[in-house]
Amino acid sequence: MSKIVVVTSGKGGVGKTTTSASFATGLAMRGYKTVVIDFDVGLRNLDLIMGCERRVVYDLINVINDEIKLSQALIKDKQLDKLYILAASQTRDKDALKQEGVERVLDELKAMEFDYIICDSPAGIETGALMAMHYADEALVVTNPEVSSVRDSDRILGMLNSKTKRAIEGKEPVKEHLLITRYNPNRVEGGQMLSLEDIHEILRTPLIGVIPESEVVLQASNQGLPAIHMKGSEVAEAYADVVARFLGEDKPMRFIEAVKPGFFKRLFGGK
Amino acid sequence: MGFLSFFLGEKKNTASVAKERLQLILAHERNGRSASPDYLPQLQRELVAVISKYVSINPDDIKVHMERQDNLEVLEVKIELPEPGRA
Repeated sequence: MSKIVVVTSGKGGVGKTTTSASFATGLAMRGYKTVVIDFDVGLRNLDLIMGCERRVVYDLINVINDEIKLSQALIKDKQLDKLYILAASQTRDKDALKQEGVERVLDELKAMEFDYIICDSPAGIETGALMAMHYADEALVVTNPEVSSVRDSDRILGMLNSKTKRAIEGKEPVKEHLLITRYNPNRVEGGQMLSLEDIHEILRTPLIGVIPESEVVLQASNQGLPAIHMKGSEVAEAYADVVARFLGEDKPMRFIEAVKPGFFKRLFGGK
Repeated sequence: MGFLSFFLGEKKNTASVAKERLQLILAHERNGRSASPDYLPQLQRELVAVISKYVSINPDDIKVHMERQDNLEVLEVKIELPEPGRA
């Protein structure tokens, strides 16, 4: 039985696509047949983050409009057998995302026996974001420790509870997970950044992980590698932990304690 | 920021300010979500129609207003009837 997971946030630039890429990759590394779909029609970027931008021929909208078969639009990951990408259209606008079309694509993916279908939501609360979340069973709500991001996440949590298929049909609600990204424990300790306890208290949603702020994310996207592939980095390990917790394993939160700068660093400055 | 705190590189604790502001605004916005007063203009039009059957009034003579006080919502309807001589 396939599970549909939406990665959403409301606000842009908080790490939805970075998270979708690493989360889907992490599930495939664990042996699950996984597909990640870019719902950001008109502004596709997942293909760049996954490093398959030169292999995109057909996209989600071609499939929705019945121009081609779904199997022709699925791009197989270079490294992982069980991972597939479905790119967004770069030329059309979000109105091309028709609900019946989206449902048909998701049903076909279920029939292909995907274990996980990851929907990378666009920013905002319009058609694209609504379509990405509509059929979700679970949701990763990506939040930065910053006031506008927390407020937008609260709005999105409200929509998951009212606008999704599960909400409308009165079924068991979408299972929500809070993922805090770009977290900087040193700035939290200095009282310059909302702590994960603060965010958790405000949003009242179970925390699935904390991804530390790191230059590794930029290094990864520069090369078209999902950050979870950056071996030995804190970001990669934090994402691997998120996947493990999602699969029901008990993992303590890591990389959330402040690190004291050394004597020389304090003396001569630096970050 | 005093001289000493400047020298020690201390910064104000802005995270607690952020938390307080968020808690206030979200409490307000979550309230609005559960009972959105979208129906107020419609209610006002229908009230005018009903009252007009009996008294001749101007649409501007009816004021409909929704107010929230903590956990209590107050719907205030103010109808100004025309002076007896003029109607």
